[in-house]
Amino acid sequence: MWTLIQVELYKIFRRPRTYIAFIAVAGLIGVIQFGLKLDGDAYVGFMMRDITSSLTVEGKILNGYQVCYIVLQILLIHVPLLIALVAADMISGEANMGTLRIMLTKPMSRTHFLLAKFLAAVVYTLLLLVWLAILALFLNMLLFGVDDLFLLKSQYVVLLKKDDIFWRYAWAFGFAALSMTTVASLGFLFSQFAENSIGPIVATMSVIIFFTILSTLNIPIFNKVKPFLFTTHMIGWKEFFDIKVNDANESIKGSIQNPQKIITSAIVLFLHIIGFVTASVLVFRKKDVLS
Amino acid sequence: MGTIVKVSGLTKSFKHNTAVNDLSFSVNEGDVYGFLGQNGAGKSTTIRMLVTLIAPTAGEIEIFGMPLNKNRIEILRQIGAVIEKPDVYKYLSAFENLSLFARLSGVSLPDAKLMDQLDKVGLAHRAKDTVKTFSQGMKQRLGIAIALVHDPRLIILDEPTNGLDPQGIADIRNLILHLSRDLQKTVIVSSHLLNEIEQVASRVLIIDKGKKIVEGNALDLFDPAQTIVELQTFDNQYALEQLEISSWAQHLQPQRDSAILIKIDRLQIPQLHRDLVDMDIQLLSIQPRHSLEDYFLQVTSANQHVDTYSS
Amino acid sequence: MRKIVFVYIFLLVSFSSYSQDMTALIMRVKAKLDQVNDYEADGRMKTDVSFIKAPIGKVKVYFKKPNKFRLKKDGGISLLPKGGVSVNMNSIFATSDFVALAAGEAIIGGSKTRIVKLLPANENSDIVLTTMYIDETNLLVKKAVTTTRENGTYEIEMSYGQYTQYGLPDKVVFTFNTKDYKLPKGITLEFNDEEKPLSEADKMKNKKGRVEITYTNYQINKGVPDAVFK
Repeated sequence: MWTLIQVELYKIFRRPRTYIAFIAVAGLIGVIQFGLKLDGDAYVGFMMRDITSSLTVEGKILNGYQVCYIVLQILLIHVPLLIALVAADMISGEANMGTLRIMLTKPMSRTHFLLAKFLAAVVYTLLLLVWLAILALFLNMLLFGVDDLFLLKSQYVVLLKKDDIFWRYAWAFGFAALSMTTVASLGFLFSQFAENSIGPIVATMSVIIFFTILSTLNIPIFNKVKPFLFTTHMIGWKEFFDIKVNDANESIKGSIQNPQKIITSAIVLFLHIIGFVTASVLVFRKKDVLS
Repeated sequence: MGTIVKVSGLTKSFKHNTAVNDLSFSVNEGDVYGFLGQNGAGKSTTIRMLVTLIAPTAGEIEIFGMPLNKNRIEILRQIGAVIEKPDVYKYLSAFENLSLFARLSGVSLPDAKLMDQLDKVGLAHRAKDTVKTFSQGMKQRLGIAIALVHDPRLIILDEPTNGLDPQGIADIRNLILHLSRDLQKTVIVSSHLLNEIEQVASRVLIIDKGKKIVEGNALDLFDPAQTIVELQTFDNQYALEQLEISSWAQHLQPQRDSAILIKIDRLQIPQLHRDLVDMDIQLLSIQPRHSLEDYFLQVTSANQHVDTYSS
Repeated sequence: MRKIVFVYIFLLVSFSSYSQDMTALIMRVKAKLDQVNDYEADGRMKTDVSFIKAPIGKVKVYFKKPNKFRLKKDGGISLLPKGGVSVNMNSIFATSDFVALAAGEAIIGGSKTRIVKLLPANENSDIVLTTMYIDETNLLVKKAVTTTRENGTYEIEMSYGQYTQYGLPDKVVFTFNTKDYKLPKGITLEFNDEEKPLSEADKMKNKKGRVEITYTNYQINKGVPDAVFK
């Protein structure tokens, strides 16, 4: 099994395609950084219109933590597409290349083979997130400095002290890893059913886009469905950035407004992963390799 | 010599067709087992079932005396296979591919040993090049090096000469003979080309439309009691009409190309010759066929040619 | 129209009888504050706006005569009522050009106060009207309600303790009106539609914001470099 995982990782990281996502993430973050560095105040001003009509906000709003939040907010919707690029190719790509034949005539169990491939996809996903963390968090902390985080939510604003933020990011990235692994497992499941990678990649992306739209639309009939869509739970990382207040409306350092919600979302995502991977194994064990 | 592969009642049905239908055969240790059939006859499906790429709908496969469905990994450990095209990871070099598959086959060989293997198939000088840049023949040789890297007991080559030039085909032929004679390996080789099989096989299985047509020693099939005589005449239409009303009618075979085929005992040829002259058939040539090719074509194409004949 | 003018004139006449008195009171308060040439103090600032979840922040305030005032955070981001904090007693009194009118009495924080309305003489002044509640015995401004042209009305309430003699408050509470806050979910990228529970939603309707600053550690007349006001 360990050999298999090593081999799979070796294969992933020898392929040029793998690095598309890393380059894309770097490029996107670079663009956002460049834009904010150049014209960030205008962006902040736009976001803060309502606030500044009655309050003066003093301090360095556009600091590294803020930029990281903006980047995550924008990117975490799109990173799934990059994950799909590799995860949905895991089996279908091999079928397409013809290497699935030779792999499966090697003395190893199909389940092990599949799990090794899945774990390799997970490692890829995690590395992509680490890369994202390096660029979005650490680089921005360097470029923009560190200060309090002033977050505009749709109904209220949250001000987090700078020494009460880093741990939230650590958890947020952990949660994002769970979300992205869910995407990877979905792509992985789809990759069983085709002999070219385009189909599963497009299918995975379509599901995510479709679900995300359902999750975003505020139409009562869809609201009933939302709790059952994994995309709704994928943005659970944001909950780490909401803080509790006491009766005097002072925020309580180190608290999270709604930890139960995070736990629920995490469980939902985890069950999705288990479900998708189990389905993959069941399908794959019975699969006739005709490619 | 023990039986290495024993297949009984093997059937594989897909949604719309039955690719393999109640197929039984056995391969003995040391055989070069030729597996013949036209494209679509079910060879590939059968071979894929032997290496567990496809699960049979029914039937039993025993390899090395063990049921395949229960001892899959143990059995695959001793099989080396090239199934159809020798596809490997194009973005890796020949050496990297070989090393990777050696590990997956459960052997860890030092680099020098791997280079040795590449040298044997004439790829040592290209070891560091990515497979992307390889010709079909080079890929085939790499595929074979991979199939042999763990020194398997049974080697399965599915259409190994597809897409190769004459030199490549000759190389494969020599390799098979080398594996069999010098290394005492058991080889199963499939092809739709009879002369390939004819030159290497000790036993032959011919299948058509998923069914076994004949299985036997190549030598027996080479020299059957009955011979097919191929007639070329000035006017085949006339000749056929004459033959159909003669005592030879029962020996007539479905026509192929522009030749009339008659299946008779070798010793009857002089009599046939005399009768043809008597029937005023203007003979261009009369040729007895001994090779397996005729046998192959005869048994596998019969239905198809009847169709052509009647239309 | 004639009626309004008449009423206005009447009011003016009736107040003018007190106005002299009140200016004197203001002058006395001002004189008390004038003992302070400069100060700096530490403050704990608490922002209490229904739609803001903010921690308690630390600030430092600096003042120098005649009207230099600076509130500095020790890093971080702070939310202040618009234009409000920079307005302090000294800056209100800095201009001597005003009309002070008496407007009755009231009890603020347990002590009796005189209500004084200050009207700036300068028509372009941002401050339209300041109503002060002055504790006559101690010469302390207990509360001030200022209406501005640009920034609406806000209320400053002051409690005194240790630094009463200088007329410097221990605690200042700014109360101000806030506008509704709402951003479209499309911008904040929030999918979850769980509306706030009712009680909390009600709290949001309360559009009064408060900023509370508790001062400690005044350093009075120790000299403050001009650099901090830049």
